[in-house]
Amino acid sequence: MSRVEIRVTISSDQDIVLARQKGRALALELGFSSGDATLIATAISELARNIVSYAGNGQIGLKDIQGSTRAGISITASDNGPGIPNVGQALRDGFSTSGSLGLGLPGVRRLMDEFEIDSKPGQGTKVAVKKWRP
Amino acid sequence: MEVPILKQGAVLIATFQAALSDADLNHLRSALIQQVVRFRSRGVIVDVTAMDVMDSFASRTLREIAHMIRLRGAETVIVGIQPEVAFAMVQLGLTLEDVATALDLEEGLAYLNQKFKTMK
Repeated sequence: MSRVEIRVTISSDQDIVLARQKGRALALELGFSSGDATLIATAISELARNIVSYAGNGQIGLKDIQGSTRAGISITASDNGPGIPNVGQALRDGFSTSGSLGLGLPGVRRLMDEFEIDSKPGQGTKVAVKKWRP
Repeated sequence: MEVPILKQGAVLIATFQAALSDADLNHLRSALIQQVVRFRSRGVIVDVTAMDVMDSFASRTLREIAHMIRLRGAETVIVGIQPEVAFAMVQLGLTLEDVATALDLEEGLAYLNQKFKTMK
């Protein structure tokens, strides 16, 4: 069971900053090194930016997780935006429909240990990622 | 949060604060290019020592700044990328290619002074 759960509503670029600050603070609180906290904050920044760029608004959820032998942090980015028509394509480096670098999702996958995405056109997008404490 | 821009001879120095939003970064981009024109600056140092996260947007904006300033005939150098931030950038796939970087303000100034000599 998780003890901490934080939700940040994302609707502007200011919220991106807020979400990553909260994420870093929680990561440090959970015992992650400051290097790992930076990776986590960077991933949150990318996920929150995707929400603002593609969906307009959504939510970032942060919570601690307990595995059988280790602890970690889980980050969920969800929105009710247009969804991603081709998830496979969106996970490839260099693919972007918003004029960005297209590193967002594949980059986030590299920064984190576990990565799950659920998206259908017209039904929004949910990205859930986890990082375990070494 | 506005980024202060300091004029030091032919060089402009912009010092980033910890938490910059996209709007702050966009504002910095236009403010810097305006001041480069106004002061006929030959070099720009962007000090990112205090920056907590360099994500794809921040890194793209820095590259745009450097390229715009190069088109004006001036040089840009980014200084103070923290080791943890650099690690996260590499994982994310951000390279800041063809943008000069230096360890800190002092090295950044030394780099620009060297550049100015060869430009003459």
